[in-house]
Amino acid sequence: MSGGTVGTLLEVRDLHTTFSIPAGDVRAVRGVSFDLERGRTLGIVGESGSGKTVLARSIMRLNIGTNVTTTGTATFDGRDVLSLPHAAMQDLWGPEMAMVFQDPMTALNPLVRVGRQLTEHLRHHLGVSKAEADRTAVELLREVRIPEPEARLRAYPHELSGGMRQRVCIAIALACAPSLLFADEPTTALDVTVQHQILNLLGREQADRDMAMVLVTHDLGVVAGRTDETLVMYAGTVVEQAPTRALFADMRHPYSEALLRSIPRTNRPSHTRLAAITGRPPDLIAPPAGCAFSPRCPYAQDRCHEEAPPLAPSGGDASHAFACWTPVGSPEAAESFARNVADGLPSAVAVDLASGGAS
Amino acid sequence: MAAGTRLRMPIFTRLCVVWLAVIVLGAVLADFVPGLQDPNHQGFLFGTSKTNDAPSWAHLLGTDNNSRDILARIVYGGRVSLVVAATAVATGTVFGMLFGCFVGYVRGKADAVVMSTVDVILAFPGLVLLLTVVTLLGRRDLVVIAAVVGFLSIPPYTRVARAQALAVSRREFVLAAEAIGTKKRTILFREVIPNCLPGCMGYALVNAAVIILLEGALAFLGLSVQPPTASWGNMVNAARVDIQINFWPVVWPSLALVFTVFSLNNVGDFIRRSRAVRSAAL
Amino acid sequence: MLPFIAKRIVRLAATLVAVSFLTFLLVNLLPGDAINALIPIDAQQDREFVEQVREEWGLNDPMLVRYARWLGDAATGDFGDSIVTSRTVSDEIFHRLPVTAELMLVTVGLSVLLAVPLGVAAAYREGTRVDQFVSGLSQVFLSIPGFVAGLFLIYVFAMKLGWLPATGWNRLSDGLLDNLKTVILPALSLALIEIAVYTRVVRSDVIGTLQETYVLSARSKGLKDRYILFRHCLRPSSLTLITVVGLNIGSLLGGTVVVEFLFAMPGLGKRLLDAIFQRDFMMVQGITVFIATVYVAVNTLVDLVYMVVDPRIRKAD
Repeated sequence: MSGGTVGTLLEVRDLHTTFSIPAGDVRAVRGVSFDLERGRTLGIVGESGSGKTVLARSIMRLNIGTNVTTTGTATFDGRDVLSLPHAAMQDLWGPEMAMVFQDPMTALNPLVRVGRQLTEHLRHHLGVSKAEADRTAVELLREVRIPEPEARLRAYPHELSGGMRQRVCIAIALACAPSLLFADEPTTALDVTVQHQILNLLGREQADRDMAMVLVTHDLGVVAGRTDETLVMYAGTVVEQAPTRALFADMRHPYSEALLRSIPRTNRPSHTRLAAITGRPPDLIAPPAGCAFSPRCPYAQDRCHEEAPPLAPSGGDASHAFACWTPVGSPEAAESFARNVADGLPSAVAVDLASGGAS
Repeated sequence: MAAGTRLRMPIFTRLCVVWLAVIVLGAVLADFVPGLQDPNHQGFLFGTSKTNDAPSWAHLLGTDNNSRDILARIVYGGRVSLVVAATAVATGTVFGMLFGCFVGYVRGKADAVVMSTVDVILAFPGLVLLLTVVTLLGRRDLVVIAAVVGFLSIPPYTRVARAQALAVSRREFVLAAEAIGTKKRTILFREVIPNCLPGCMGYALVNAAVIILLEGALAFLGLSVQPPTASWGNMVNAARVDIQINFWPVVWPSLALVFTVFSLNNVGDFIRRSRAVRSAAL
Repeated sequence: MLPFIAKRIVRLAATLVAVSFLTFLLVNLLPGDAINALIPIDAQQDREFVEQVREEWGLNDPMLVRYARWLGDAATGDFGDSIVTSRTVSDEIFHRLPVTAELMLVTVGLSVLLAVPLGVAAAYREGTRVDQFVSGLSQVFLSIPGFVAGLFLIYVFAMKLGWLPATGWNRLSDGLLDNLKTVILPALSLALIEIAVYTRVVRSDVIGTLQETYVLSARSKGLKDRYILFRHCLRPSSLTLITVVGLNIGSLLGGTVVVEFLFAMPGLGKRLLDAIFQRDFMMVQGITVFIATVYVAVNTLVDLVYMVVDPRIRKAD
């Protein structure tokens, strides 16, 4: 999983993305910073509306429309992509950065044959002949385990199954051998049985090609064991950031904990209640004053509603940062949780019930 | 919210509204406009004016090749266009909407019969059918032309109204009314038709423009109202033989026609846009 | 796919029978006895002669009988004889058709050629000056009837500049350039409205397509904007354009009547007008049914073309 060539490939600093709509400014991403080394993998986790997809698209400059503004810097291979002219961006897209989209049904043009969609950028960027591009395309399809690749080149997307289409999309993204791949919820639209195959395929390609990858998902289970590092996002900000192993070993932010708790587990008794996160994600036009998660947090104190906690490491591990006044496992958290349960705060009561109503 | 998202009418569209108002007022009040000449008065017969005369105080837009006052003929000619368009819109909305809403709501056999009739009538290119009917009727006064155009407007409106009615019939308030046992006829008149009205009205403006163009073409071919009655199309046709001598008698009625059609389209577009904005804001 | 085509052809045939019956009804029920066209009024004093002519033309039979006879003949391509020139109607149609067909082809070709780039440019630059300019232009074009456009084109290009002939027709066999000289002005006059309609369709359709994920995905592959527009956006949008072109053939056919009249072109529309003025009812009937047939057939064809362009429909049936 870890890369051979070392050095920082992508360095994002204080990235903000805002959409102006008639109702106001939607601040979808609010000050995100992270680093990604060459050949390594980063998971970005959050529920829908947390800004994870917008973040990925902002870095790739794929938010279209005249009402979007992105500030901050995203230094890719020494260049700030946010200030690059469009033409320079077009040279990066394909050979340097590529994206696999969420829904393979809509990401492929229904009226263009698979072959053309696989080879058009190959030919554009690398200037290879049609025959050679076709050969590469067949190899790519074979690589992503698509049977009878030669015949598939002449197929239209609707002639393939969902899993096959996502494999084609991955092959398209890999065609120009990018050094950074964004996979935006690559398995959400697929059958459960296919999800693992696709994730394994992505992992294998990433390792074989020594390519950096950003895996965007709403499912903590997907990043576990598949990424080197994980960012947990909530309401456009990073709430917890750690090496994936460390994160799962010691989850500190209540939101990360809540996400983990909402994954169905097969090793629990079948009638264990799943703890859905109570409440709704905040309004991004006018986010709450304090911690954005505080209205839904079982450990919330008065301070949480008033003052936003900074993203900072605590304890001995400098690589594990979180933004919380009452981190999970701390005495403050236990104390406020007990008080909140006693007060009948829905978020706390729900968690209490799901954990067996011990208290 | 509603006030904030309401589209402001651009100056240009306001000018179009003004133009349409002028044309309508002119057509209605033509007989009472002081100084406006008799559109059929041929001045040269009595030695007071010349044929194909340049604009002057006596004839603001000059005279045509029969020495008739062009301005007066344009104002009176507007009558033909407007009467034909208004009849088409009125018959179209009244009958077309009734038929369309009825069959769109009750469906079944009535729907099949009415719609296949509509399909057959619409299989004829509009102008060709109009040409044939008008000629075969033999008489060509304003009443006949308006009646034929009106009759031929029913099928397209029926189709538009039916499409609207189909959509409206599936809405909750119609289903609710049916559930509480309201009579079909009451639902048709209280729920379906009023809800189809805005859509049909949107179509009416566009259709009015099309009808005016159609009547213009018919008149240009000499098959609309019988001369000497003025219409924009027959003015253009009459003046075109002398286009080498005097260009302007062709220009003025052409401009009247183009401005009117343009204004109808422009105002219609604006109404459609603002309706879209309003429904998006809901 | 085959049952689909068969279904469409059955429907086409049914519509055509209905269309021909309606035409027959129109021509025969409306006032103005056909006998007036056959025999001058003053010669109608001779009762016996009138009866003889009526019998000869089958005017005494019940209408349904006459319709059945006419339809039977029409099915074999015999639309009867012109009562004025006594040539067969189908002969006349056959003779005049190439002129009208060429005029329409050139018009549609010219319009598509101009409208596609205009519409795509407006969609690509939605909301900018380019878009406003294109929208304004199409609104203006939409308001100029063919005869007004034609007259002004004649005035400028034939009378003032003397580049092109004002009226008349050169056959294709007289040389391509001479032929084009006589077709370009009429085609332009007809094209204005078509350009406006097509441009609007292409614009709104491409705007819709640009929102699709597959366009974003094409973008993320680093393809040039122009390539994306014409390769990935235009094809889905062209389906709508084809439909609109088909539907607009109706108004275009009407337009050719006017333009052929204005430019004195020996086409089908001009022939229809002449027949109308001469009260040549066999001719009017034949040409009207023919035009309606073409219109309905073109729209059936459009449905079939749809299947060729959209592989999803091809598979579905």
